[in-house]
Amino acid sequence: MRLISSIAKWMDARLQLGSAIRESAEHAIPRETASWFYVFGSAAFAVFLLQIVTGILLALLYVPSAGEAWNSLQTLNQSVPLGWYIRALHGWGSNFMVAIVLIHMVQVFMFGAYKYPRELTWIVGVFLLLVTLGMAFTGQVLRFDQDAYWGLGIGASIASRVPVAGPAIVKLMLGGPIIAGATLSRFFALHVFVIPGLLIAFVALHLLMVLKLGINEWPMPGRLVRKATYTEEYHELTKKDGLPFVPGAIWKDLFFVAFILLSIGVCACVFGPFGPSGPPDPTIIQTAPRPDFFFLWLYAVLSFLPPSMETPALLIGPVVVILALLLLPFVSGEGEKSWRRRPVAVLTVLLVAVALGTFTRLAEHTPWSPVMDAWSGDPIPSKFLHQRSALERQGALVFQVKQCHNCHSLGDEGGKRGPALDAVAVRLTHDQIIRQVIQGGGNMPAYGQNLSPAETTALVAFLETLHPAGEKPAQDAARSVLLEQNTAPDPSNRR
Amino acid sequence: MTVPADLSRRALFMKIGIFLNGVVGLILAAPVVRYLLSPIARGQRGGYDSWVSLGNLAQFPSGQTRLATYQNPFADRSDGKTADIACWVRNVDGQTYQVFAVNCAHLGCPVRWFPQSGLFMCPCHGGVYYRDGSRASGPPERGLFQYDYKTTGGMLLIKAGQLPTPGQPSQTSNLVRETRSCA
Repeated sequence: MRLISSIAKWMDARLQLGSAIRESAEHAIPRETASWFYVFGSAAFAVFLLQIVTGILLALLYVPSAGEAWNSLQTLNQSVPLGWYIRALHGWGSNFMVAIVLIHMVQVFMFGAYKYPRELTWIVGVFLLLVTLGMAFTGQVLRFDQDAYWGLGIGASIASRVPVAGPAIVKLMLGGPIIAGATLSRFFALHVFVIPGLLIAFVALHLLMVLKLGINEWPMPGRLVRKATYTEEYHELTKKDGLPFVPGAIWKDLFFVAFILLSIGVCACVFGPFGPSGPPDPTIIQTAPRPDFFFLWLYAVLSFLPPSMETPALLIGPVVVILALLLLPFVSGEGEKSWRRRPVAVLTVLLVAVALGTFTRLAEHTPWSPVMDAWSGDPIPSKFLHQRSALERQGALVFQVKQCHNCHSLGDEGGKRGPALDAVAVRLTHDQIIRQVIQGGGNMPAYGQNLSPAETTALVAFLETLHPAGEKPAQDAARSVLLEQNTAPDPSNRR
Repeated sequence: MTVPADLSRRALFMKIGIFLNGVVGLILAAPVVRYLLSPIARGQRGGYDSWVSLGNLAQFPSGQTRLATYQNPFADRSDGKTADIACWVRNVDGQTYQVFAVNCAHLGCPVRWFPQSGLFMCPCHGGVYYRDGSRASGPPERGLFQYDYKTTGGMLLIKAGQLPTPGQPSQTSNLVRETRSCA
C-alpha cells in the first residue's frame, strides 16, 4: 500500500494532474441533480467506451474487403471461440448507444438544459447524435451482407436525387461507379477512423463544457433563466445547497452504467449477434433487404410518401430537422426550464415519439410490400372454396397463378399492399370488379394484357362470391331494374 | 524604446512561418483533393460505361424475360462477388430486346419478374412495373432503368458499368410505352 502511494506521489510530482482531477471530481453540483434522471450522459459515454474496445477486438479478425468481409464474419461467428459474442456485444452496444443518446437528448430537452449558458453544449450534443447515427449506418455497411449491399443502393438512390451534384456524390460515396471493393474500404475508413475521431473530439468538448458550466440544475416551475442573472444564481445554488460530484452523485451513474453494460451482455448472450444475412452477391435477387432497427422508421416513411413529395422530403427534411435542433437554444435560450410549464415541448416530444414508434412498428410488418411468395406459399382458405362452382374455383386458381394473392389477402393470408378481398363483392359490383381487374388504378396494375377473356370471367366469378354470408353482394341499381324487366313473367306464357 | 509586439522581428518571422506553412499546406492538399475526387474524375475521362456481353442470344427465347448476369467492366480483384451484376433481358419479338436493370427506379432494391402476371415487383416498398418496364403502381416515379443494347455475332451486348440511380438516367434510354388496349 505504501509502495503504491509513493509511486503515485512520484508520478504526480511530474505530471501535476492530481489536484486538477480532484478539483473536477469534487466540484459542487446542485443537490437535486444527484438524480436518476441525470445518468444517461455517463451511460452513453460508457457504452461508447465498450464500442471502442469491442470494435478493436473485431478489427483483429475482420477483413475489410468486399470479397472477404462476409467470410470473415462467418469465421467470427462460427470458428473463433466467442467471436460471436464479441460481434453480439458490438451490435447490441450499438443499439443501446443510439437508444441512450436519444433518451439523454429527450431528458436534456425536457429539463431545458439547452438554455443559456449551455447552448453550445446542446449544439455539440446534436453533432454527437449525428455522428452516433453515422456510426450505426456505417457499421451496418461493414456487416457486408445482402442487407448492407442493397442498403447502400438505397443510400446511393437517395444521394443521387441531389440536384446537379447527385451523380458525383454517388460516385464519391461508393468510391466508383458501382457498390464494390472500394465502397467497403471507404466505409471501413469512415467507421473506424473518421467518425470515431469526430466522436472523441465532440465527446471531449461536450464533457469539458459540462465541467466548466456546471450541470443543469433541477428545473423548478417559475424559476426563469435570465442571461443577466443566471450565472450568479447558479453559483448561489451550488454554494448554498451543493454536493461534491464525487461521491455525491457519481454512485448513481456507476450503478446505472453497470446495469446498462450488464443488459448489453445479457442481450448479446441471449439474442446473439446480428447477421450476417446472405452473402453480398448482387446476382442473388431473391432478397428483401431491411435496415437495422433505428432506421426502420425511415424505411416506412419512404414507402408512404407520395412520389412527387419524395425527393423534396428526402433532401429538405433532414436539413430542416437539423437546423431546428441547432437553432433551438437561440430561439428559446431564456425563460422557463420546467417541462411542467412547457406544454409545446412536451407535445413535440410525444408527437415525435409516437410518429417514430408507429413508423417503426409498421416497418416491422411492411404492409406496403407485396408478399413475394404468397401466390405459391399461402393457399386460399378452404372456406372461400367451399360450395363453389367449377368456374368459381377456376377463378380462385387464376387468383393464385396471377399473383393477386401477393398484394391482396384472403382470410388474413397473403399481401397487405392492396385491400383485403374477403368482402370485395359487397364493395364492388360485377362491372366494377371487371373494370378494376382489367384497367387497374388506385395503385393497382392493369391486368388487361395478362388475362385471357376466359381467365377474367373465371376470376370475376370467384371474386363475386367473396361476401359475408348475411350480406348481399353489391348490385348496379340500373342493371337490376333492367334485369327485372327482362325476366318479368311474360303474360302470354301464363296458363 | 519599446517596440510594439506586432512589429518585432520575432513576430514578423512568426507570420512568415505561418504563411509558409499555409503555402506548403496548399501544395500538399492539391494532390490529396485530386486523389479524393478520383472516382468522379475517372468517370468523366474515360466514362465508366462500356459494352459487355450477356451471352448467346439463344439464352433469351422470344417473348420471354430472363435473368442474365455480367461482370462489371471496371471490376477489381478486391470486389469479390459484388462485381457480378444481374439484369432482366426481355426478348420482345425475336428481333427487339429490352434489358432492364434489376434496381427498382424508386430506391434501387432488386425487382423480381413474375411471368404469370407479367409484372416486375419490388420487395422493398412495393413498386410494380409492367413487362415493358413501364411503371404500373407503387412509389416509383418512372419505369425501370434500361440499358442500351446491340446484337453482334449472335451475342447480346449491353452498355453497362454504373449503378443506375434515379438521379443518373444517362445510361438509360427513355421507355417507349407499349400501347395497352383496354378491354
